[in-house]
Amino acid sequence: MPNYSSNPVLTIENFSIDYMAEQTVHAVKNVSFSLGRGEILGLAGESGCGKSTLAYGVTRLLKPPALVTSGHAEFHSREGYSVNLGELSGEDLRAFRWDKISIVFQGAMNSLNPVINIRKQLEDIFTTHRPEMGKKERRELCGDLLERVGVDRDRLKSFPHELSGGMRQRVMIAMAMALGPQIMIMDEPTTALDVVIQREILREITRLREELGFAVIFITHDLPLLLEISDRIAVMRDGEIVELGEAVELYTNPQHEYTKRLLSSFPSLTGDRGDFIRSGLLTDRDGVTGDARRSVGAEPDESGGTERSSTT
Amino acid sequence: MTPVLAQGPDTVVAATKRAGVRQVLPSMTPKLASGLIIAGLVILFGVIGPLVVGDPNAIGDVGLSGPSGTHILGTTQTGQDVFSQLAYATRGSLIIGFIVGVLAMFFSAFFGIVGAYVGGFLDDLFSLFTNVMLVIPGLPLVIVMSSYVQQKSIYLIAGVLAVTSWAGGARVLRSVTLSLRNRDYVAAAKLSGERTWRIMLVEILPNLVPVMASQFVFAIIFAILGEAGLSFLGLGASGALTWGTMLFYAQNGLALRLGAWWWFIPPGLLIAVFGAALSLINFSIDEIINPKLRDQTRSARKRWTLSEEQLKRVSVEDVP
Amino acid sequence: MSTLETRNMSKDYRLRDGRNSSILRAVKNVSFTLEAGKTVALVGQSGSGKSTLAKILMQLERPTSGEILLDGRPISRHGRGLRDHRSSVQMVFQDPFASLNPFHTVEHHLRRPLLLHHKAHDADGVRAGVRRLLERVELEPADVVAGRRPHELSGGQRQRVAIARALAPSPHVLIADEPVSMLDVSIRLGVLNLLSQLQREENLAILYITHDLATARHFSDEILVMFKGEIVERGPSDEVILNPQHEYTRLLMAAAPNPEKRIARG
Repeated sequence: MPNYSSNPVLTIENFSIDYMAEQTVHAVKNVSFSLGRGEILGLAGESGCGKSTLAYGVTRLLKPPALVTSGHAEFHSREGYSVNLGELSGEDLRAFRWDKISIVFQGAMNSLNPVINIRKQLEDIFTTHRPEMGKKERRELCGDLLERVGVDRDRLKSFPHELSGGMRQRVMIAMAMALGPQIMIMDEPTTALDVVIQREILREITRLREELGFAVIFITHDLPLLLEISDRIAVMRDGEIVELGEAVELYTNPQHEYTKRLLSSFPSLTGDRGDFIRSGLLTDRDGVTGDARRSVGAEPDESGGTERSSTT
Repeated sequence: MTPVLAQGPDTVVAATKRAGVRQVLPSMTPKLASGLIIAGLVILFGVIGPLVVGDPNAIGDVGLSGPSGTHILGTTQTGQDVFSQLAYATRGSLIIGFIVGVLAMFFSAFFGIVGAYVGGFLDDLFSLFTNVMLVIPGLPLVIVMSSYVQQKSIYLIAGVLAVTSWAGGARVLRSVTLSLRNRDYVAAAKLSGERTWRIMLVEILPNLVPVMASQFVFAIIFAILGEAGLSFLGLGASGALTWGTMLFYAQNGLALRLGAWWWFIPPGLLIAVFGAALSLINFSIDEIINPKLRDQTRSARKRWTLSEEQLKRVSVEDVP
Repeated sequence: MSTLETRNMSKDYRLRDGRNSSILRAVKNVSFTLEAGKTVALVGQSGSGKSTLAKILMQLERPTSGEILLDGRPISRHGRGLRDHRSSVQMVFQDPFASLNPFHTVEHHLRRPLLLHHKAHDADGVRAGVRRLLERVELEPADVVAGRRPHELSGGQRQRVAIARALAPSPHVLIADEPVSMLDVSIRLGVLNLLSQLQREENLAILYITHDLATARHFSDEILVMFKGEIVERGPSDEVILNPQHEYTRLLMAAAPNPEKRIARG
């Protein structure tokens, strides 16, 4: 079990990000957590909660008017030294990015350059970050990278449009892994993919994590998915982390109201039909706080049997 | 703009700041304001000017003379008052501009939108026609016409310019309509039982208004510049007063050589100024069409509340 | 009360690749029945043909072969028959951002079907009809919402407007094409519950098209599993989910995220 408290690879303390537009929007509010070496940390939340903004903020990818207004993010390399990510600049920042921390963006599979073949795009990383590498060695390494993510070596000469969505996403993951980073941030990497492909990609990620030992921050709104692959899960809402705990613990014993609500939005696939029955539902309106919540915990439908008669 | 509730109660709707048609119009920026004011002044001059100035064609004895008390912008070599001519010329050019704008808009809308929406054979036909018209060069067409028609009115010139300028817009409208046609809301309208012509008019056309407005403004610029060019070459409307014909007469009267700046600078300046004003308006319309432009322009950036030092830190160090 | 039935329906597309052309069989020999008061879930991944099927049922596309029967009679493609079909069978689209015209108000979206299907005849009738529809989908205050434009509403609100629009002609059959997959997670069940509620109130036949097995199980009576244009398995929801027979269904079940598995592992 990766030890996030005694040997973290990343510590984030009181991290805040504001959008300084006409009205200041507090996108991330005082977020603190640490990431263990080789840990898979799931960052769950709905749209607008700040999870992507946090990731961009940590990796210094924010565009104005977004601004880190407080806190710091510190990277603890396995080589022994520590770096304050907010203090890097210029060449150091460029060298750091992708080498120590890499990021797979949302919709990344559509970010491949459509007019350049896969090999050139992979090689680009090496020519930028490892200029001393020889051509032959580089080509070998690119082939190895692809095979490692489960894509056949001779796809190197293909163009992005010749690959399926799932394959393109694997190429993006290969690109993120190219320099052997210690942390990989993945922002909704499987959202646009089929459930079957998604399963394969998740399998690759866990396998690679075991092989190479990098930590993963996995950002998504799909809580059941996180529950399957994460070591710990952080639930975010309105810029704050409302709950952070071990995956199984969070699923079976959620503490925060919002976590419970989020969990209840995902009906169990194979579990009891229990609460989520189509025919019997209660609507709960909390008029006092102005929060119209739908309580889906309903009375079990006693006549369930007759309702579900098949027509075939 | 309205804050959209992303996470709040699903059913309660928040207050809105901009209602009705106003939200479709561009927001007032200095760019838009200056464009509108300048264009407005020129149009005012063209509309009211001819009503108050004297006869532009009245020749006098005074000959080529500079600005003075009686002639604000001096006189031409035949003693005609330049200022009066300028007022009538403005009207003439504006008439051509607007006629071409309206005609080009109608033609491009018809051949672009209807063809694209109905599809099939009609689309192929209209598209072929559009492409042919796109290729026909305007200048040789006018030259050919001038050998047949000696007395060209401004309406004829406007017609020729319109005929040679609608095709580009039609292609743009066609491609936009093709993409709109496949939108879900068009399918939903069909499912509601709407008729084809109603869908085109009520569902598709309103979403094309910003593009068409931009094309309209551009057509006006094109027409005025085009007419100026034609007239300067002597192919313009004979006998009519437009900015272009003024320049033509000025050239013929050796105004440049004789240093009679009051004759050729005013029309030239008005062409440039009006064209610039219309372009400013067009840029503002572009910001509606392409929302990405909205956030990145200088005026948008001014609305940020980052302090100087913060801005410097952020833009220098982060994303290249 | 209506029944929509398809028999041996197929849809082929001709793909041209230069000189060669090939046939893509998007839908192959599909037969099923939608009955009043019952929800049928059509489960499949992208490319399975489920969206094509929806378009054919809505008469936005024509099938290459097979029949579609409404109340036992073949549907008609023109004139009065088409209009009757449209007032009986309606659809809720997947993308709440794309299914509403950004230029028009909510009121316009609801007014048109009300007028076209003669549910209202004058301004007062329309206003009352619009208010009634918005109240049924629980969007309040109805008068305020009616004046809004789509971009002023959230995704969940937009989808409710889309449902209201589908209900305007008082249809008997509702095709819901991935109605919640583009909505925020915590809002999804609310919208699905709304659909269930409306089904009970109107005795609708609902076809719930989705790729999400969990909600398919809980919100439908019967599940049809679609793969490459064919229906590979069908049966009562619980049966198909808990006891899948076909290889593909088993693959889907194994691939779907299921936290229970991990908890069982310990």
